[in-house]
Formats: sequence, structure tokens, C-alpha cells
Amino acid sequence: MNGAKISDASLLLASSLVVVSLLFSYFQKLRLEKETLVSVIRAVVQLFAVGYVLQWVFGLRSPAVTTLILLLMIFNAAFNAAKRGKGVRNGILISYLSILTGTGATLSVLVLSGAIRYEANQIIPIGGMIISNAMVAIGLCYRQLAGNFKSRRTEVEIKLSLGADLLPASRDILRDSIRTGMIPTIDSTKTLGIVSLPGMMTGLILAGTSPLMAIRYQILVTFMMLSTTAISSFLACFLAYRNFFNGRKQLDDGTSG
Amino acid sequence: MAQIAFQNVSYRRGGKEIVKNLSAEFAPGDFVSIVGPSGSGKSTFLRLCCHLISPTGGKILFHGKDMLRENPIEIRKKIRYCFQEPVLWGNTVEDNVAFPYRIRNRKADREKIVSLLSRFHMDESCLTHDVKSLSGGEKQRIALVRTLLFEPEVLLLDEATSALDADNAELVEKEIYRLNQKGVTVLWVTHNDAQSRKYANRLLTIENGQIQSREELK
Ligand SMILES: Nc1ncnc2c1ncn2[C@@H]1O[C@H](COP(=O)(O)OP(=O)(O)OP(=O)(O)O)[C@@H](O)[C@H]1O
Ligand SMILES: [Mg+2]
Repeated sequence: MNGAKISDASLLLASSLVVVSLLFSYFQKLRLEKETLVSVIRAVVQLFAVGYVLQWVFGLRSPAVTTLILLLMIFNAAFNAAKRGKGVRNGILISYLSILTGTGATLSVLVLSGAIRYEANQIIPIGGMIISNAMVAIGLCYRQLAGNFKSRRTEVEIKLSLGADLLPASRDILRDSIRTGMIPTIDSTKTLGIVSLPGMMTGLILAGTSPLMAIRYQILVTFMMLSTTAISSFLACFLAYRNFFNGRKQLDDGTSG
Repeated sequence: MAQIAFQNVSYRRGGKEIVKNLSAEFAPGDFVSIVGPSGSGKSTFLRLCCHLISPTGGKILFHGKDMLRENPIEIRKKIRYCFQEPVLWGNTVEDNVAFPYRIRNRKADREKIVSLLSRFHMDESCLTHDVKSLSGGEKQRIALVRTLLFEPEVLLLDEATSALDADNAELVEKEIYRLNQKGVTVLWVTHNDAQSRKYANRLLTIENGQIQSREELK
């Protein structure tokens, strides 16, 4: 590969760009000097750490370690998504199962079809992208679910009072929440390449991959994101909605009595 | 045996006792009017009747059996509550009247729907109407039709005619009375004094979550 070779020296020179931002902040009294400095140092340290870890992992060529890292990434994502679903009991478990299934199903299809290989340098970056996408999606699902059960409380109770079980009483809300989770992914799919060149594609092109190959990867990732968000949102909503009811099939009252 | 019996029922929510130690019995075929000031707990009482909420003290018996031990869905199919707020969902009126069939895995019986609509002075054409374009009175009547497509054992009405003009209110009253004559027990919360005495055989006044007075009518 011919592109993307940055020497330490040029990286150091480039750091002067940070100084520009610091000076700007100082003279404009933005009071952002400290924060800028801290965040830049943090970013550099984090990225170097990740770089070395990835380098090491890629060198191991061990499917077991790759899988382990994938599972850890999913756990991390599940933990974050669950924070969005405060009203959802077992939020972490539900999120974990949803992201795991979505990611697992999607990666399996791609590995089995030969589109990608089960190797750390392919699985980990691609997995990371779809996992974080799924995380955002189910976070949105939870928020919408909780909001809907609150604002459409009477509708749900009327459905219950007509003799509906929990699923028919919640179906419209579930549909709406799953849609909410998926819409950002669908929207960004629509504008791919027009509004922005996705980071991954930019990276590949910088690293010397031909644009025609880079878009293939991007198309692949887009398909993966669509299927993963669909599966994860669907599962997360269907596993979570019962949480809003009690054992007597009543809508749980927001207030504690 | 009483059809529904409240035995020292209390309902507490957020530190406030909304229903206090309330006891009452209702027999099959009763037509009971329930009146009382706003916020006195009338709707809460009806919600307790159909197992949408459970007592925090005391017991509610349905045919002599503790309601808590029964399947809530079966209870609600027998004891049907028509809400104070006639919230409609979906896009069209049809989405609403089809719901009771959908939850029973049945095909919507169009003939039945149309005949019930006509009893409330509406016709088939309204099925395709957008729910957002309906008037308050139309919504209220659609909500009633939705509630009555499958005949309940006990019917709980919560100010079911509050948005209706005199003619339509009378229409609804007559229809409910007809059901009552067929044996359906009716518990009707109303703010209308004349309405509360027209067909009922009993009048309960609720105040501060308690039954303040009981009056036998007729
Ligand atoms: N879920 C709840 N949490 C807290 N308070 C509640 C809840 N539901 C009802 N209340 C309170 O309980 C009281 C009784 O309410 P309810 O709706 O039963 O009154 P009502 O007699 O039906 O009044 P209205 O004639 O205005 O419909 C009110 O003060 C209300 O604010
Ligand atoms: Mg009320």
C-alpha cells in the first residue's frame, strides 16, 4: 500500500494546529484552553493505546480473542444503551441480547457468503461500526418506548380495557419505537456519498484503496448497519415492552405508591 | 350472590388515599348511577372494577371470587370500561372498531358494526373517516360502539354523554337502557342530575373516595 504513512515528525508538526486553537481560545476568552488540552491529550493516549492493542490482536490471528473482543464491545454498547432505558428492567441484558443477535446474524451472513473473513483486522473495525450503530438505535428505541408509554397511556389502557393482551395493547407503540430506532440509519443511507463521505470510506481512500473498492466496502457496511439496526431495534423493543406492565397486566403507574 | 362486591376497598397512590375503605355490592341487572364532585374518585372506582388497577387494601369479588386471582383479560372482557376520554387510535374509524375483533382473532363483522353505528346515528361512510377530523361527540359515540361490539356482562360508563347534544345523549341513554333490560349490569358515572335518575335503580354519591349516600330509585 502506498498511501497513509505519517511519520512521528510530521505528526508532531501537525500538533501545532492544537496551539492555534489554544491561542484562539485564549485571546477570545473562550476559557476552553484547559478542556482542549485535556481532551487532546486524552484522545492521543486513547488512540495510541487502541492502536497498540489492535496491532497486538491482529498479530495473534486468534479467532477466540477476536470473538472475545467482539463480545466485550457488545457489552460496552449494551451498557451504554441501557442508560437510555431507565424505566427498563434488565436493560443491560436486553440490550446485550439484542445487539448480540443483530451483530451475530449480520456478521454470519457476511462471513458465510465470503464477503469478509473472520479475521481480527476485518471483524473488529466492521463489528465496531455496526455495534455502535445498533447501540444508538436501541437507545433511541428505549427513549421512544418510555415516552410513548407515558404520553399514550390512555390509549394503552383503553386497549387493555377492551380485553387486549399486552402485545396487542402495545403493538402501535412498538411499531413507532422500532421505526424511531431505524430512521437515522435509513436517513443516513439515503444521503451517503452526497452529503458526506463516510469516515470509513475516507480512511480507505487515504490509505490508498481505489474509490471503486472503497465504495464496495461502504455498501457492505451500509447493508450491515441496516440489518443490524433492524434486528436489534426489533428485539430490544419486543423484549422491553413488558417491563411497562405489572404482573396483573396493568400499566405500571409512574408514581410510586 | 353479588356480581361485584367491594369489601373495604382502599386505593392509595403517591401518598394519597383516593378510595377509602369502600364497600358496595352490585347484583346482575343493576343500573347504578354514580355521582360526586370532580376528583372524588369516581373514575378510580370504575378502574378498580375492571382490574385496570388493584386495591391497595381490601378485596374486590367477582361472582364471589377474589378478582386478583382471576385472569385480568377475561375480567376486562366481561366487565367493560368505557373511558372518560374517548381516545381514538390509528388513522380511520375502522381501525378502532376493528380492534375488538382483532384481539379475538376474528374477522371484523361489518354488518354488526354498521348496525351498531346506526343505533348511534352514524352510518357506514364514517368508517373511512380520519379520526383526527371527528368532533368530540362523534369520538364519544365511536368509543361507545368500540366498547359495545362484544356484549359485556357489566358495563362501566364514565361520563359517556359529556360531549353529546341532548338528542344524542338521549339516544345513548336509551341504548344503554336497552342493554340493561337484556341483563347487562350498568354502572354509570355522570355529572348530569336528570340523567342519573332517569333509568337507574340506585344512586350512589361518592365524595372523598367514600360512598356518601345510597339512594334506591323507582
Ligand atoms: N395515578 C394517579 N396518581 C396520583 N393521583 C391520582 C391518580 N389517579 C387519580 N388521582 C387523583 O385521585 C383523585 C380522584 O381521581 P378520579 O379521576 O377518580 O376523580 P373523578 O371523580 O373521576 O373526577 P372527575 O369527575 O373530574 O372525572 C384526583 O384527585 C386525582 O388527582
Ligand atoms: Mg373521572
